[in-house]
Amino acid sequence: MEKIRAVNLTKIFGSDPKLALALLSAGTGKDEIFNRTGQAVALSNVSFEVQAGEILVVMGLSGSGKSTLIRCINRLIEPTHGQVFIDGEDITNLAHHALLELRRQKFGMVFQHFALFPHRNLLHNVEFGLEIQHKDKAFRRDKARAALKSVGLDGWEEAMPHQLSGGMQQRVGLARALAVDPDILLMDEAFSALDPLIRGDMQNELISLQNRMKKTILFITHNLDEALKMGNRVVLMKNGQIVQVGTPEEIVTTPADDYVKRFVENVDKSKVLTAQSVLIPAGVVAYLDDTPRAVLEKMQSENLSDMLIIQRDNTLQGIVRQKSVEAAVSRGDKTITSMIDSDVPTVISSEPLTTLISILAKWPWQLPVVDEEYKLQGVVINTGILAALANEP
Amino acid sequence: MKEAFEIPKLPLDDWIDAGLDFLTEHFAFLTKSISKHLEEVIYFIIDGLMFFPPGIIIIIFTLIAWRLADSKVALLTVIGLCFLWNLRLWEPTIETLTLVLVATFIAVLIAIPMGILAALSKSAYRIIMPLMDLMQTMPAFVYLIPAIPFFGLGAVSAIFSTVIFAMPPAIRLTCLGIKQVPRELIEAADAFGSTKLQKLFKLQLPLAIPTIMAGINQTIMLALSMVVIAAMIGAGGLGSEVWRAIQRLQPGMGFQAGIAIVILAIILDRISQKVGQKNRHYSA
Repeated sequence: MEKIRAVNLTKIFGSDPKLALALLSAGTGKDEIFNRTGQAVALSNVSFEVQAGEILVVMGLSGSGKSTLIRCINRLIEPTHGQVFIDGEDITNLAHHALLELRRQKFGMVFQHFALFPHRNLLHNVEFGLEIQHKDKAFRRDKARAALKSVGLDGWEEAMPHQLSGGMQQRVGLARALAVDPDILLMDEAFSALDPLIRGDMQNELISLQNRMKKTILFITHNLDEALKMGNRVVLMKNGQIVQVGTPEEIVTTPADDYVKRFVENVDKSKVLTAQSVLIPAGVVAYLDDTPRAVLEKMQSENLSDMLIIQRDNTLQGIVRQKSVEAAVSRGDKTITSMIDSDVPTVISSEPLTTLISILAKWPWQLPVVDEEYKLQGVVINTGILAALANEP
Repeated sequence: MKEAFEIPKLPLDDWIDAGLDFLTEHFAFLTKSISKHLEEVIYFIIDGLMFFPPGIIIIIFTLIAWRLADSKVALLTVIGLCFLWNLRLWEPTIETLTLVLVATFIAVLIAIPMGILAALSKSAYRIIMPLMDLMQTMPAFVYLIPAIPFFGLGAVSAIFSTVIFAMPPAIRLTCLGIKQVPRELIEAADAFGSTKLQKLFKLQLPLAIPTIMAGINQTIMLALSMVVIAAMIGAGGLGSEVWRAIQRLQPGMGFQAGIAIVILAIILDRISQKVGQKNRHYSA
């Protein structure tokens, strides 16, 4: 289900946005518009949608318009042109009070520099949104305590914001947004001001919170690693325009242009790419009902030192190695069951390369990829991973 | 010698007189009645304070200082007030204190809404700020002259001119305190769907309190500096002690009253400063 849809969002800062808008639709470039009219084009014709329950990350460097974009979604900044739909409703022309009501009901927002209210203790900070909605005190307190608890800050209700470290302050920021139980979380560079270790913790925590809550999250960042880690999908922005939209894997494997390519070059691909992208067909396999002699022949003709054993319905049984097959043949065994090594490590196709690498470091044979029913989907081999990391097809 | 060609003088003084005459004629009945009631209030307070023995009043003031500020300021208050009592200046001290507090109260009552207005509305800001400049730079004596036809000789005229003279810092600092609230906090309040009033009362005013208190402190000090001037139109208090010393050329008496004003000023300053500091918040 579609939660947020932005259509042709354009934002121009300056005294005469109409003029700049006309130039923009006539195809004039952003720099030229600025030189000719002094109007700054922050966003031009940005369209995208966010599905319910999805984390959509908008990634761009400073000046790319991403902060303007997120503020257009709840109209903290009024778009010059274009529309925003929330749950299918066009909110671009909502009157003031309807807009306030919408913000109260649908949105929770988390800010880069936390924006906690310095004169309120944590409990009063977190209950702010509910207080604005005139909810009664007992209800507010309960919700606020629960929200603080969900970010691991129970027992800190009476503390003042300045007594907390940055990471803890942002937990409060997150709790404040969660306390109103919004459908949509807007996170504006929420973790950018935190140091790297704390940032990693917060990312993991948000992911695990999200697994429980299933909110729709619009997450802004200037950090590609963060974007690829957090996003179900990523929107890449440059100069107020969208450069590419896609899953992290799509962005890394098929960058839309040189700009994205340059970004992606420095990314730790092993965290983004999954087994799916380095998977190769299993090739020749042996079946459980093959005789040892047949298996040995297959191995010799393919020049393999090991072979996967599957049932006729593709269910993985294990692996056999050349030496034990040869021994079975010389013993005259009728089946291969006794020499199957069923203690094979397996991965699912969404497993990131980092996991694969650490398994393959200890497992010198082909690594089978299986689905939930343990059916063989393909294999991963060392050279495939190296090729993917080296960006060779 | 007369010049052959002379540019005629603009009759600015005549215009102002005409304007004031018009206002006096039509509104003096109103101001006179305000004056009468306010005077009653002032003398009620003074009589009330004078009804109790000074010792009790000193203890009460000391307790107030201790509650609002701290034990140091309370100590200062008790020593200072006892000294003034000893100088036989108790009654003028009470009169001056009452005038200052009533004037400050009225000034703050007007100044805070004006400051809020100036902070929230650009056009209000453009009107109020030049007016502040005018009110502050105009020599304070000048306010006394038109005060008399409106409010008559005495305490109320003194309070009127004191309010005008002492109000600007409270307006300015209220405005500044509200404008200083970080943009990000305003944005956070907006993101949760706050109305303008909710923003004002839950965020802007609470965060502006230390700055507003600094403004009130300035207002109190300015009000105190007006009392000597106001004594010229019969406002009474420590100012009239000074005034009498000038007329009789008695430097001892003059300094004694002057020192009394200084002591009162220090006490009021320390108490109002501490109130501001106690409400200071650490910024995020």
